[in-house]
Amino acid sequence: MNKDTLSNITRFIALIFVQVSILNHINFLGFLNPYIYIIFILLAPININRSLFLVLSFILGLTIDMFGDSGGVHAAACVIIAFFRPVALGSVFGLSYEFQTVKLSNAGLGERFAYVIIMVLTHHIVLFSLEIFNFSHIILILKKTLFSSIFSIVITMLVLVLFRKNDS
Amino acid sequence: MQQIINFLIRNKHFLLFLLLLLISLVFTIQSHSYHKSKFISSANFLSGGVYSWQHSITDYFGLRQENIRLLEENERLHNQLKSIQIDSATTKFVDTTSFKTPYKYTKARIIKNDYSKIDNYILINKGEKDSIFPDMGIITDKGIIGIVENTSKNYSRVISILNSNSRISAGLKKSNQFGSLMWNGKDPNIVQLETIPRQANIKEGDTIITNGRSTIFPRGIGIGTIIHYELNQNKSYYQIDIKLFNDMSNIGFVYAIQSNDATEIKSLEK
Repeated sequence: MNKDTLSNITRFIALIFVQVSILNHINFLGFLNPYIYIIFILLAPININRSLFLVLSFILGLTIDMFGDSGGVHAAACVIIAFFRPVALGSVFGLSYEFQTVKLSNAGLGERFAYVIIMVLTHHIVLFSLEIFNFSHIILILKKTLFSSIFSIVITMLVLVLFRKNDS
Repeated sequence: MQQIINFLIRNKHFLLFLLLLLISLVFTIQSHSYHKSKFISSANFLSGGVYSWQHSITDYFGLRQENIRLLEENERLHNQLKSIQIDSATTKFVDTTSFKTPYKYTKARIIKNDYSKIDNYILINKGEKDSIFPDMGIITDKGIIGIVENTSKNYSRVISILNSNSRISAGLKKSNQFGSLMWNGKDPNIVQLETIPRQANIKEGDTIITNGRSTIFPRGIGIGTIIHYELNQNKSYYQIDIKLFNDMSNIGFVYAIQSNDATEIKSLEK
């Protein structure tokens, strides 16, 4: 239990640091940045206290906002995916989630992939809608969401595979 | 009463969710209106510290380009100085004790620069301690960068010209017509100049400069050149695309401009 908490705290800080110091400055093709700090939300323990989880997600997003000068867009996107995470888990893992026996590190690749896609897409569509905040730019919102999501999903899957042992 | 409390306890997660979402939406909406996004800003000791630490490492990669830029600026200033010295041989000497310069320049270094979003902000490593205050203009040797919006003790946040909230008064170099400079969020090298009246005689390649109508920038600081123009729908104003002199993705050192006459001018305008 204690070791789990410690690894979650480390992950929280390390992800913020990597995101703000490296990944926010990639600007691939001029405008694409992967947002992988949501790995914290993806990997948080299934049986975590929901209120605590919401508050932590909010702080995570707000810190990224502070570094990126983006108002509250990351905070809003994080709170939304944190609140709807049980829905995503339930629809992907089904019964094993109901019995709280699911463990992301030993789930099948297909299930993990589906879970990551759902969460990243939701996060990015909220993020870019709020960031651009103008419905006359709807094409730009969709374009940014699509390309950034692909980028984020690839990097997230790579990180999940590479750091697999540390999670268990 | 009991039922209300039961309801609150039953739905506490949902209510907490709504509360947090509401807070973040308030921050978001504030960040989309000019001069209101003060709560969540990178001009604080934590993010400023991280960025200046990070910048102290990445700084070395740009030194060669920075040197070339400084040499070019020196060359240009030397040439200007020579032409002024020739002039001043025949004109009167100005007594500097009674002659107050209207603008003061302070050097600063950019430690965070965005250009890929719709609302971009820049962080510089000078703050109130170095007498940088809101509404000061930020330029490089080539042209304008933005306006200081928000300061802390050691850092300041600058609204880049690549920000959909930014409005800067600008005009043509060869005539006195002026309009306001804004950005449509598409290309970080191209900004838009609007409300130039159709009487203006413009063509592609004309230079656009600041026009000194506000107290932020002195007249004559470069912005860019016209690459495309057309009349707007009701044929009264031009819509002009301007290619910036600065490459906004590659700026290192900047100058902050303090206007010594700003308070006097503002008190007159009240």
